[in-house]
Amino acid sequence: MARHQFNVSSSVGGVCAPPSSRQLTSDLLFRGLAWCCAAFIILLTGYILYKIGVQAVPAMQQHGLGFIFGTTWDVSRDTFGVLPEIWGTLYSSLLALLIGGTFGVAIAIFLTQEFIGPRLASVFRTIVEMLAAIPSVVFGLWGIYVVIPMLRPMSEFLNEYLGWFPLFSTDLAGPGLAPAALVLAIMILPTVAAISVDAMRRIPYKVKEAAYGMGTTRWEAILKVMLPTASSGILAALVLGFGRALGETMALAMLIGNSNQINISLFAPANTLASLLASSFPEAGVVEVQALMYAALVLLAITFLVNVGGLAIQQYTVRKFEGKR
Amino acid sequence: MSIINPTAADSVSLEVAVRAIPKLERQTFESRAMKSGLLTTLTWAAALVAAIPLFSVLYMLVVEGAARIDFEALTALPPAGFEQGGGFGNAIVGTLLMVGIGALIAVPLGIIAAIYLSILGAQTRVAKVSRFLAKVLTGLPSILAGVFAYAAVVVWMGTYSAIAGGIALGVLMLPTVILTAEESMKEVPQRMKDAAFGMGCTRSQVVWSVVLPTGLPGILTGVMLAVAGAAGESAPLLFTALFSNYYVSEVAEPTASLSILIYNFSAMPFDNQISLAWAASLVLVFMVLVINILARLLGRSKV
Repeated sequence: MARHQFNVSSSVGGVCAPPSSRQLTSDLLFRGLAWCCAAFIILLTGYILYKIGVQAVPAMQQHGLGFIFGTTWDVSRDTFGVLPEIWGTLYSSLLALLIGGTFGVAIAIFLTQEFIGPRLASVFRTIVEMLAAIPSVVFGLWGIYVVIPMLRPMSEFLNEYLGWFPLFSTDLAGPGLAPAALVLAIMILPTVAAISVDAMRRIPYKVKEAAYGMGTTRWEAILKVMLPTASSGILAALVLGFGRALGETMALAMLIGNSNQINISLFAPANTLASLLASSFPEAGVVEVQALMYAALVLLAITFLVNVGGLAIQQYTVRKFEGKR
Repeated sequence: MSIINPTAADSVSLEVAVRAIPKLERQTFESRAMKSGLLTTLTWAAALVAAIPLFSVLYMLVVEGAARIDFEALTALPPAGFEQGGGFGNAIVGTLLMVGIGALIAVPLGIIAAIYLSILGAQTRVAKVSRFLAKVLTGLPSILAGVFAYAAVVVWMGTYSAIAGGIALGVLMLPTVILTAEESMKEVPQRMKDAAFGMGCTRSQVVWSVVLPTGLPGILTGVMLAVAGAAGESAPLLFTALFSNYYVSEVAEPTASLSILIYNFSAMPFDNQISLAWAASLVLVFMVLVINILARLLGRSKV
């Protein structure tokens, strides 16, 4: 019996026979292919930078750094500047971060600190994640027909009674910064919530037990123990959410008004780099396309820096709790 | 100081010790407890408020969109100007076509790259760099994928096309596929791999007969999430696929998509177009949410 089993397993092609040369070759080929695919990502990233960069070169030579500080975008006079767009991108994203970040972190606390049972928590999680699945363009449509009409009476009231205050110095005529930032906040909320939840989950349970053991209330434990412990992870969530907001396009192109002006008022129309690209690219001539490529490069640089920063903080958090990876 | 017969002095010190322990119960209206209750209420409120947009969007889609959906809307060509009726059949086909092209590029590439990142060369420098760049690429603004596809494909081919749109979507799907596939293949127990190696399997055989089948549900979940995400994208299609008022007949010509149709129609002053935009949104959201839910169910069955 035992002898028979040995024969079966040792015969060529049996279970524990050494790999044939054909198998070794195909192994080598497959590993080579896998290496190529992994290397492809590096090449692709480089190629993206290169392609956008090369297309932007003529505009960079012509406009130089003045492009970043210029405030007019006039095709007929061949004058291009993106300062209003940079301003609008940062301003709308910061507003969105203020709202989306607050709600996102609150929801992360809500989901991880046993406010509701595990089953209800997973339902809630699904709702928040579905928010991320709604396409940007649908949020734009919703913004036009729901958010703007909802905000308009509010903006009229604020402008009438608090118009001296710079934030309310204009009226919401239609599209503008406030509806754009509000929709943007909704769109980054799932990102902030998901990454903050991860950060809070990494905290060992003992930490919370120790806090309760000292006689803290639930919120003293959250505010003085849990949040500071998870702070680097939450910071990463906020930074990555900010990065998302900087690059959002369609909803903003539909809601922000595409007006090249720098205005601090919440209800004034504005513009962002991404929505400038979206609205001008399809009809642009050669010279304008070059300028738009330059604008794309500026956007790429900003989002790249913010995202890398966010990822670095996130990696630091993981290392802090789980040892070096 | 005997324990059995405590003296008077002992009982006094005992009393002092007892009195030194603060009250251990928390009073209901103590300020600390009140603050905690208030914050709890606020958190509940925040969570409920955050759920409003989703339900508002779904409500609007059902109220505005469902009324307009019929056979004509799903199959007819987009109406022009004051025209009544019409639909977005060509946009549905175009979206499916371009998401298909994107998936055809991103799925095999992404899964094989993930095999390298998770098993074949997890700690190599190439793996570390490409893992990091895949994470950076998830944060790539979708419009920049469009700008890239414009510069790389549209300029080269000389025409807006479904291929250019598909490539832009592929660039956006790739990092999601890679990162989720890597994650799910890393979860395959080391003992299973060791057992296969012990049987004399080559590394590729371990991958093909142990890791891939075991990690399949997770990999498919990632693929479906990437597909759902790409289906909803519009920015990268703005100047790669452009739009077309007709059914697509070849991949090297401008192609319609649901998201661009919604974008174009949302700004039109005609009621017919706007209600079609809502109907198209309903179709798009339905597609995206169904794929999402399927992905979630698939991911759950694994655990």
